[in-house]
Amino acid sequence: MIRIKCPYCGERDHSEFTYGGDASINYPSLDASEAEWTEAIFFRKNIKGFQKETWHHLNGCRMWLEVERSTITHEIKSVKPCHPDLQKLMELKK
Amino acid sequence: MTKFNAWNVFKNGLNGQTGWSRQWRDPEPKSNYNVIIIGGGLHGLATAYYLAKNHNVNKIAVLEKGWIGGGNAGRNTTIIRSNYMMPGSHEFYEHSLKLWENLSHELNYNVMFSQRAHVNLYHSPGAKDSNARRYNTMRLHGTDGELWDLNTLKKNIPHLNYNDARFPIIGAAVQRRAGNARHDSAVWGYARAADSLGVDIIQNCEVTGITRKNGNIESLQTSRGIMKGNKIGFAVAGNTSLLWQMADLGNLPIESHKLQAFVTEAVKPFLDHVVVYGVGGAHFYISQSDKGSLVFGGDLDWYKSYAQRGNLPMVQDVAEAAMAILPSIGRLRLLRHWAGVMDMSMDGTFFICKTPISNLYLNAGWNYGGFKASPASGWYFADLIANEQPHKYIQHHHLKRFEQGINLDERGAGPDPKLHG
Repeated sequence: MIRIKCPYCGERDHSEFTYGGDASINYPSLDASEAEWTEAIFFRKNIKGFQKETWHHLNGCRMWLEVERSTITHEIKSVKPCHPDLQKLMELKK
Repeated sequence: MTKFNAWNVFKNGLNGQTGWSRQWRDPEPKSNYNVIIIGGGLHGLATAYYLAKNHNVNKIAVLEKGWIGGGNAGRNTTIIRSNYMMPGSHEFYEHSLKLWENLSHELNYNVMFSQRAHVNLYHSPGAKDSNARRYNTMRLHGTDGELWDLNTLKKNIPHLNYNDARFPIIGAAVQRRAGNARHDSAVWGYARAADSLGVDIIQNCEVTGITRKNGNIESLQTSRGIMKGNKIGFAVAGNTSLLWQMADLGNLPIESHKLQAFVTEAVKPFLDHVVVYGVGGAHFYISQSDKGSLVFGGDLDWYKSYAQRGNLPMVQDVAEAAMAILPSIGRLRLLRHWAGVMDMSMDGTFFICKTPISNLYLNAGWNYGGFKASPASGWYFADLIANEQPHKYIQHHHLKRFEQGINLDERGAGPDPKLHG
């Protein structure tokens, strides 16, 4: 079991979450070229090692989180809310 | 290599089995080859075999970073079927099934192919209709497929949960020619047959660097020295992205995910078919091996990973699915479970294609389905490498299909690799 420290709920089993995907993708603007959109939607770095990824705390606070996790050992380096406003809010709470 | 035949079995029965030679050589790597296939799994070995057999190519090497049979070739649930619907895919998988049907003779090695029927349960009129569509499409293309009503199903497999299943079984879509084979035999058989045609199988040889020159791959750095090949083929599902980036080619429409499989203690003959159950988020497929163990699996672990070990929530999910459909196995103990790393592609379909590098060829993106595909995969990958032209069955199985809008999405699940089971 991977344990994810949700900034709102605390440390929970990963079975409470659903995996989103690669958090490092920069989606291009709506009028960007087809090639840019193809790259963003279909192509992945598929990192072996630490990667930024999204998880959804579906059976908890339902917040989307950005998690830095190793795809080899599953060790987690950092967890923060995806939404910048929520990030700020969590900072204030500390 | 000593051929397996009745005379040799008889002779060695009398001389204490001392007359057998080793199954394949352990050659020292040469510095130059015509074709180097990276990856000594089923796909790589089958490719080397058909290159030598169908296209008379000589000086072929297969590089394997571990040992033959140690990767995904030894980490699957051995199911073989050809119930595909997308154009290209059904011809491809049907050809693969036909190759399996003669593989033991072809390789002079018993791959224990057993056409015990693949029984795909359905639980709603909607699922029945969609299966009828799929299996009718298959029949129109010359593949066998049939629908079993509840009575036929009960007669064939009396011990499924017909009484109090949360999703009552109402019938099954069946492919009788489908079944399974022994995975180790298949990979050893291909290794032995390829070796006997002169292919160098080089184990413990990991590619650590790729040198490019004038748009070509000039040489490979490996843990056993530098090697040059006129043509290079990648067949390393699970680690394709790593090699791709080693060749400085950027990103691929692939993510690596792990899939678990499970084996119970051996019991007497209990299940004569391959049974598949998938409804309401559950996914479960099971068959009984010749040793008597039940071999089964379910979904991916749902998060990207290169770890060849499974996680516990999926063990529970699979056990729950097992109890839902076959409650009589509830007291069996699991002997072992393991995970293999899958190339999950963005539309659930594989790639056999040329690449931006003129002497590099790609074989990747097999999702869950690589085992059954391996004979045809080798056949058409060898054809591509030898003739420089994709066969018409695999003409859309290239990396540009996404920008061209011709995705081959068998399940209609969209561009999320983990959803293509």
